[in-house]
Amino acid sequence: MAGVMIERPAPTVGEALRRMRQQGETYQGVWSWLTTIDHKRIGLMYGATAMFFFLVGGIEALIIRLQLARPGLTLVDPDQYNRLFTMHGTTMIFLVVMPLSAAFFNLVIPLMIGARDVAFPRLNAFSYWTFLFGGMLMSASFFTGNPAGSFFEGHLGAPDGGWFGYAPLTLNQFSPGTGIDFWAFGLLILGVASMAGGFNFIVTIVNMRAPGMTLFRMPVFVWMTLVTSFLIIFAMPIITVALFQLLFDRLFGANFFNVGAGGTPLLWQHMFWLFGHPEVYILILPAMGIISEILPTFSRKPLFGYPFVVFSGIAIAFMSWGVWAHHMYTVGLGSAANAAFGVSTLLIGVPTGIKIFNWLATLWGGSISFKTPLLFALGFIAMFTIGGLTGVMHSMVPSDYQQQDTYFVVAHFHQVLIGGALFGLFAGVYYWFPKFSGKFMNEKLGQLHFWAMFIGFNVTFQPMMILGFLGMIRRTSTYEAGLGYGLWNMMSTAGAFLIAFSIAVFLINVVVSMRSKEDAGADPWDGRTLEWAIPSPPPVYNFAKIPQVTELDAHWAKKYVQNEAGELVPAMAGGANGDDNDSSGHDIHLPSPSIIPLIASAGLPLLASGFIYWDNPWMLPLIPVGAVITLVGVFAWALEPATE
Amino acid sequence: MQHAPTADAAHVTNTGIDNRKLLMWLFLASECLFFGGMIGTYLLYRNSSVTPPYPTDRVIDGVAYSGLFDIPFTSVSAFVLLMSSVTMVLALAAIQRNDRRGLQIWLAATALLGMTFLAGQAFEFTEFHKEGLSVNTNLFGTSFFVLTGFHGAHVSVGVLILVALWVMARRGRITSENALNVELAGLYWHFVDVVWIVIFTLVYLLQ
Repeated sequence: MAGVMIERPAPTVGEALRRMRQQGETYQGVWSWLTTIDHKRIGLMYGATAMFFFLVGGIEALIIRLQLARPGLTLVDPDQYNRLFTMHGTTMIFLVVMPLSAAFFNLVIPLMIGARDVAFPRLNAFSYWTFLFGGMLMSASFFTGNPAGSFFEGHLGAPDGGWFGYAPLTLNQFSPGTGIDFWAFGLLILGVASMAGGFNFIVTIVNMRAPGMTLFRMPVFVWMTLVTSFLIIFAMPIITVALFQLLFDRLFGANFFNVGAGGTPLLWQHMFWLFGHPEVYILILPAMGIISEILPTFSRKPLFGYPFVVFSGIAIAFMSWGVWAHHMYTVGLGSAANAAFGVSTLLIGVPTGIKIFNWLATLWGGSISFKTPLLFALGFIAMFTIGGLTGVMHSMVPSDYQQQDTYFVVAHFHQVLIGGALFGLFAGVYYWFPKFSGKFMNEKLGQLHFWAMFIGFNVTFQPMMILGFLGMIRRTSTYEAGLGYGLWNMMSTAGAFLIAFSIAVFLINVVVSMRSKEDAGADPWDGRTLEWAIPSPPPVYNFAKIPQVTELDAHWAKKYVQNEAGELVPAMAGGANGDDNDSSGHDIHLPSPSIIPLIASAGLPLLASGFIYWDNPWMLPLIPVGAVITLVGVFAWALEPATE
Repeated sequence: MQHAPTADAAHVTNTGIDNRKLLMWLFLASECLFFGGMIGTYLLYRNSSVTPPYPTDRVIDGVAYSGLFDIPFTSVSAFVLLMSSVTMVLALAAIQRNDRRGLQIWLAATALLGMTFLAGQAFEFTEFHKEGLSVNTNLFGTSFFVLTGFHGAHVSVGVLILVALWVMARRGRITSENALNVELAGLYWHFVDVVWIVIFTLVYLLQ
């Protein structure tokens, strides 16, 4: 680790622990990853784990598509189908898009603001491990469908209540077994991970910027991360309350959603969507931030209307709290409520539209280089616009009455989540891969990936729009022949396999590119922001010397100046890459690695498992065991010095 | 050379606010939504129970039901918790002028007052249970126990933190330099106290 010198005061937490920490600093193997608190490594782990869950969620999607390829197929039965679409949705949202965004927060934010790490490196490691354990717990539900005589006998496996988990549909009466419990506890634990990350990135961005980097000199991705983090810390507590209520009903016979006792299903719906709509923006804003970095770089122009893009993002975040009931038009809230939420939903389209026009104007007149990152960013603009416009259609109450529960809705949200969020995230992968590996991603394979995914995406989801208009309903495991659905479903299934092919190309590309001999250098795209000012991959301490920022696009400003004719010319000496970083970093004091975040988060899934099986005397002890592990972890954490 | 950003680098932040203090404020802001959801649920279900027991005296179809709430008792325990905020302030004030003995005394007092409140809550829960109210009895039982139970859990975490600080204080590990530890615990403690005032007003006093 680049010869970072560590000062060693008197031991405070025991010699054994000290030795483990020392190993974490010098050892390059598994232990160094388990104890790492380096934001870059944590970011890589987030990315790799999210890609793994992406494959899991993708396989679920392929099974669903196979089942629907022709009318009347019986590849999976209706019960299994329910479990598949529930896990597909939950996995893609909470275990893929959110953590992929978190991967970029981790990898890029400290570099973009000129910091050596996040504000709380150990809390950051805790976020990652908690996310991993939450995802594992939820996915473990698949394996609980079980041999006779095992602890899990008689239980039914994965959750089957949809990602929205509407109570009372998710109460014991209608969803027996432990699937929903795994789902609810999984989401609670994932919520802890997201909130810890949200707090960390707000503090980091608010407090840790390099000197001179005022709020309006921050790159747009930093802004969007800040806005997303605020949405996370305010939206997650609401779903937390709802999940606790659901669990109390399921485990202890409470009455929150018990209609017989006077409870109302509307409680869940309001709570879920009050969380759920900001969640939609939690998924999309980071991707918007990413393409707001990529478009200027590949157009060699500053972002058009920077303040408008930033304020639009902030406006979207505020407005996202006032649109939730557009998920509930057909519930019967009354026409006044429906009209109000219809108007607010139309309004939220305005700042979104402003962003799209600013991105287009950024491209206008630029010297555009059509590399893979830009292709994905352009794909984002095109596909997200269609997704956004179909969203505007949903905002109209009478129109939505027709579309409710049809494939038109499925087409709409995949249009924004794949065509939007995922295209944006892939753009980010291709864009920042050279920074963190030191290698370019193979351009030919990248182009193949893009075109296969772009075509596959459209072949998959545009037919769903038509299916929606034809009246095909969601969440139903099959359909009858003769309704005119067959052709479109077959197309959709074929498209899904084309997307799967494109992802295979991507994975091959990652492997091929890692082995490439070509050195990408510090600043392969002639970038504008601070991460391109340091070597690739960045040293563990990021910046040997903390940069001094004088304007927006801080790195660009050091490389280019305007001559008397107003033309851009390279700056004289001193602007080249990495020359602020010739120090060997010997005197930089970094926080020490620690195993404690991993221990503290390891207690959580145990605690949850104990509650899920609390009527089983063999499993019940997991509650105190999990609680003690987490408590010990937290206390050790508080007592362990951050640096040694 | 600037110091590396670490969790305890109290200096060099853009806002001048310590990282940990900002984290605590954000956490508490987030907690507002948590308790907001819980309290909102209680209010939504207020007077919606279809079976007894009820929180307050009520006559339904000529049958009188006596309410479970014992306002004088709960007022006392609310007062105890309120006083614990005073002792918390005194603890912080003590260590800020480097009065370690004062810190120990006031931390212990705060923890004890917190425990007294918890004991009061345990007593109240037991009494209600004897009267036939459980989490699964009716909407009142469900929303009351879950709301006040989560609040009690927060107070318990606060007591754990106070006890840990008290142990550290006894070992002389807290000085005016790291008084921030006490300040952070104080922020949390005051928040939990304020939440109780809201709960006491909306749940117990508002009829």
